Parts: sequence; C-alpha cells; structure tokens
Amino acid sequence: MNIQPSRDAAKAGAPAPAARLSVVREQGRITARPQGEWLVAGSGQAALEVSALENELAALGNGPDALRIDLSDLKSIDTSGAWLIVRLARSAGAAGTAWELVNAGSHATRLIHAIDFEVGEKLDGRLRDNPLMRTAYSLGRVMNTLWVDTLMGLNVIGAAIRGPQLKAGRRGSVRPISIVHHIDRMGLRAVPIVTLMSFLIGAIIAQQSAFQLRVFGLEVWSVDLVGILLLREVGVLLTAIMVAGRSGSAMTAEIGSMKMREEVDALTVIGLNPIGVLVFPRLVALTIALPLLTFLANMAALAGACIVLRFYAGVSIDDFILRLRAGIDLSTVFSGLIKAPFMALIIGTMAAVEGMKVEGSAESLGRRTTSAVVKAIFFVIVVDGLFAMFYAAIDY
Amino acid sequence: MARQSEDMQKNGHRDVILSVRGVDVAFGDKQILQHLDLDVYRGEILGFVGASGAGKSVLMRAILGLNKMNAGEIRLFGKDYRKLSEEERFVLDQRIGVMFQHGALFSSLSVVDNIKVPLREYLDLPDALMEELARVKIGLVGLPQDAGSKLPSELSGGMIKRAALARALALDPELLFLDEPTSGLDPIGAAEFDELIATLRDTLGLTVYMVTHDLDSLFLVCDRIAVLAEKKVLVAGDIDTMLAYNHPWVKAYFQGKRARLVNRGNERLVQT
Repeated sequence: MNIQPSRDAAKAGAPAPAARLSVVREQGRITARPQGEWLVAGSGQAALEVSALENELAALGNGPDALRIDLSDLKSIDTSGAWLIVRLARSAGAAGTAWELVNAGSHATRLIHAIDFEVGEKLDGRLRDNPLMRTAYSLGRVMNTLWVDTLMGLNVIGAAIRGPQLKAGRRGSVRPISIVHHIDRMGLRAVPIVTLMSFLIGAIIAQQSAFQLRVFGLEVWSVDLVGILLLREVGVLLTAIMVAGRSGSAMTAEIGSMKMREEVDALTVIGLNPIGVLVFPRLVALTIALPLLTFLANMAALAGACIVLRFYAGVSIDDFILRLRAGIDLSTVFSGLIKAPFMALIIGTMAAVEGMKVEGSAESLGRRTTSAVVKAIFFVIVVDGLFAMFYAAIDY
Repeated sequence: MARQSEDMQKNGHRDVILSVRGVDVAFGDKQILQHLDLDVYRGEILGFVGASGAGKSVLMRAILGLNKMNAGEIRLFGKDYRKLSEEERFVLDQRIGVMFQHGALFSSLSVVDNIKVPLREYLDLPDALMEELARVKIGLVGLPQDAGSKLPSELSGGMIKRAALARALALDPELLFLDEPTSGLDPIGAAEFDELIATLRDTLGLTVYMVTHDLDSLFLVCDRIAVLAEKKVLVAGDIDTMLAYNHPWVKAYFQGKRARLVNRGNERLVQT
C-alpha cells in the first residue's frame, strides 16, 4: 500500500472494466439494463450514461413512461454501481416516472438496500457567493483575529511579568535550569551563524561605503559611517531577524505540537499555568540572549569592516580604531543594545501567541509557525523605526 | 453472522484470500516472528490476538509490505506481493483497504476529501461523482452527513474510527485490514462498530482481518481467531477451539475473569 503509482501506471495497470447502460425505449416504457461490471473503476462511464438517462427522464416531465431497471445482464456490482442505480431510481421518482427494479441478484439487492439513504449535499458557501459579504466577512475576521491576538499577546507579557504562576502557592519560583537551558539553545547555539552573518554584513557595508566615498577621497570617513550604522541599526536588526527565524519558529513549533498533543491541557489540569511554564522561561532566555548576541554581532561586524577597509581602502587598523573612537561613543553602542530586549519580547510573544493558536492539524502547525516568523520580523522592523523616531526626538 | 463461513465449510471449498507461509521477521538480533503460517479465507472475519509486543502489528505491516521480512512468502489473492511488477501491485492495492489504529486520517483534509484521496489517486472520475461516492461511504459507515465537511480534529474518537473505515472502503476493497478498530471506544460504540463490520462483511462481501483485544468482538463477530504467541500462530480456529486449547497464555486470555464474564453474558443471550 505504500507505493505511489503514477497516473500512467493507472492507465496501464488497471483497464477500467466496461460498465455500460443499455437503454431500450418502447411505447410508454423505458428499460435500462446495466451491463458488465459496475465497479468503482468503471463508474465514470456508467455515471455519464446514467446522467444522460436522468436528463432524458427529467425532460419527459410527468409522462406516462415507466422505467424498468433490469439487472439481469449485470456481471458484478459494488457500492458505486449500487449508488448509481439508486440515484437513477430516485431521479425517476423525482421526475414522476414509475420505476421498478427487476432481476436483481441477492448481492445487488443487499447492496442497494444498504446504501438507500439520503446523501448530503456539498455545503454551498452562500455567504461567500456575494462579493460584498465576502469582503465584509474577511474584514471582520481579520479585525477579530487582530483583537484576539492583541489580548493573547498582552496575556503572555502579563503572565511573564508575574512569573511562572504556579498554583501551589510558589508563585514567584523560577526554574533557573530551564532558563539556562533555553539560553543555551537560543543564544549559545546561535553564536556561529550570527557571528558569521554579521561579519559578512559588516564587510559588505564597509566595502560599499568605501567605494562610494572614494570619489571624494574620504575613504577613512567610512569608518564613522560603518560604525554608526552597524551599532545603531544593522547589528541589532539583523540579529533579531535571525533569531526570529531560528528560535521564534522553533518556539512556535514546540508549543504548537504540545498544544496538539494536549500537553498544554495536561499542564493546566495539573495546576500549572502553561504560559508560565512554557513561555516564561523561553521569554526570559530570549531577553537575556538577544542583547548578548547583538553585542557579539556588533563586534563581528566591526571586525569585518576593519578587515575590508584595511585591504580594500588602505585604512590601517590603528587608523580604524582612532576614527572609531572619534566617531562613536557609548551612547551609540547603547542606542542599539537597548532595542534588543524589546525585540526579544516581540519575537517571544509572537511565537508564543501563534504556538497557542495551533489546532489539531499538521497544516495549522505549519501555518502558525510561518505567521509567527513573519509577524515577528515585521514588528521588529516597525519597533526599530519607532525607536529611530524616539531617539531623534530626544536627541540621543 | 457466521453463516457464510459455515456454508463454505460444508461445501468443502474455502477460498484462501491471504496466505502467509514461513514468515521470519527480525529487528536486529531480536527475532519477532519465526516460521509463521496463517490463512485467511474469503468472507470470514478473522480476529488476530496476541500479547502486546508479540508482533501483531509487525505481521500486519509485513503483509501490507510496510515492513521487511527475512524469509517466507505472503500471497494476497494468490499472488506474491513482493514479486509483482508495479502495475500488478497497483491493481492489487485497490483490492485492499486498511484502517490504522488511530485512524491516520490526513489532518489537513476534510472527511470527504480524505475518502476522495484513494479515488482521486487510482481512478479518473468526475469530481461530482467522487463527492457522491464519498458521501455514500460516509452513510455506509453510519456517520451523519454533516460530518463529511469536518476536519479530523473536529471529530470524536468514534467518528474518527468510522471516517477511517470509510476511507478504507473508498475503493470497495475485498480484503479489509483493521488494526484495533474498537480500542478507545465505549462498550456501546464498540458494539455498534462490531455490528457495522459484520453488516459490511455481509453486504459488501468483505473479508476482514482484524487485530483486536476486544473480547466482545472476538466472541461476537469473529468467525475465526488466530493467536500469535511464541513468534508464530499458535492456534487458529473458532471460539470453542480457543476455549479448549491448552496453553497458559491462551487459557489466561480466553478464560480469565474478563473473558468469563463476556462468555457468560453471551450464553445468557443465547438462552433467552
């Protein structure tokens, strides 16, 4: 059962057994004789011929015609064949034609009786037929989701501020092992990729700025440019995006699959707040790890810039450090680092909210993980913009 | 219910639909099945029992070609599955339906779409007809029609079992494999499911291979029972054979407290 045959194999391997309906029209009576093997494999052809006869009966209207369904030529039958015969008989009844079933074998009779029940219609989305209603419907859905998401996000942040919320009276107790474990997974293990990425980005930005400033013979000024750009914006932004893709998605998937297997419900029943137990340590770990990673990313990016400027623009390492000391101060470094914990909170909250929204299906897990990462990256960039405006306003 | 197979016994000819000969399966050093022989006859409901971990699922998976076996031969409808070309397998696969223990419904598809998967994969039918056939199957297994558009995650345990059965029946197979069909169902639901399987066997002319631990199913709907112990089929036969068989595990299984209660209940049913 595990092989996946192609459509070609279907045509070569399973020639559909002939299923035909011979129709004899006499005065005032139509005799329909199913012929051959009315099995599911050949039911496409049989259905066509049955539909043709059904249309003919419907066109006749309330005529005196009687329909006789004669099964004497039928070789074999399964539920699909039986269903078509039942359908034919019902259409005849609906068209006001008297019908009878003759020469049915015991197997065919049993089958036809077994499936003679009402078959539900495919749900027609009446609401969705109207484009105006459809727009209103999806708009309402989006607004509702937004509201629910906001509430859930506030719930996560609030729960995180209050701590793990153990019901057994130990409200403030935090499990440091869990937090350290998550710092290891989300922080330490992200070090190589974050360092490498920042190093390359620093090098690329340095090369570009040196190339543009060469026109004015001001290559050495690219140190100021690169230093401020990397420390204030790029370092923290890229690290946050990398962490959102790397750890945010993992967090959504972990919490989501625990939700799917009712582990989250088990926590609630045992008397633990799932947000406190699952989200709180991850959120704390992320808030600690992201500033550290950002600092590391900043250093790696400056190293990349330093090396590129040394070989590409002829700025010696001593000059680089001198210009850097003149161009930036502690506030430049901190203006970037201050943003990191906020971005960590955004990533963690988005991941937790989406994780908690996972339903039963594998598809929903995938959808939630995607949306956690997309939302996290989007809001990280929005918040970065807000910070830029804020810093400009307070002249920091 | 056992009428059909009794007739066959009287007539003397019993059509073997599945024959397992000398099957060996080992995982690493651990021998699971050794020289296992088993026959399943057309039109019967075979109950397959054995201790947990004895290899019931391993055998079923070996029959379905999901597990490798080290030696032996498995013939489905008289053909060795492993020696068939891909086209022949393709034809054979359509004659087999499988219902897994936990349903194994595709979680992202509605019940109707789950049933349509084999139809769509194997046959070239118009969509309207597939929809109708899927709805027929839903009615056939006793699900309400509005369950058709639901996702598996929205169904109860019993409904998942029925939906899985409907998917197994999608291509009107001749041989149906059921892995613990009544596990996790309440006694009433389990009894209804047993009845459903017996009814389907009678109306559709199915042969049923049922791995089960449900003593009620074994006593009430199974025509024959096969016991897997000591890496082989220890004994196969009707319930009286089981009750008379002298082996500690078989005795404990069929004559333990729970079995005696079921058996007594059945005798009372017969008397009244």
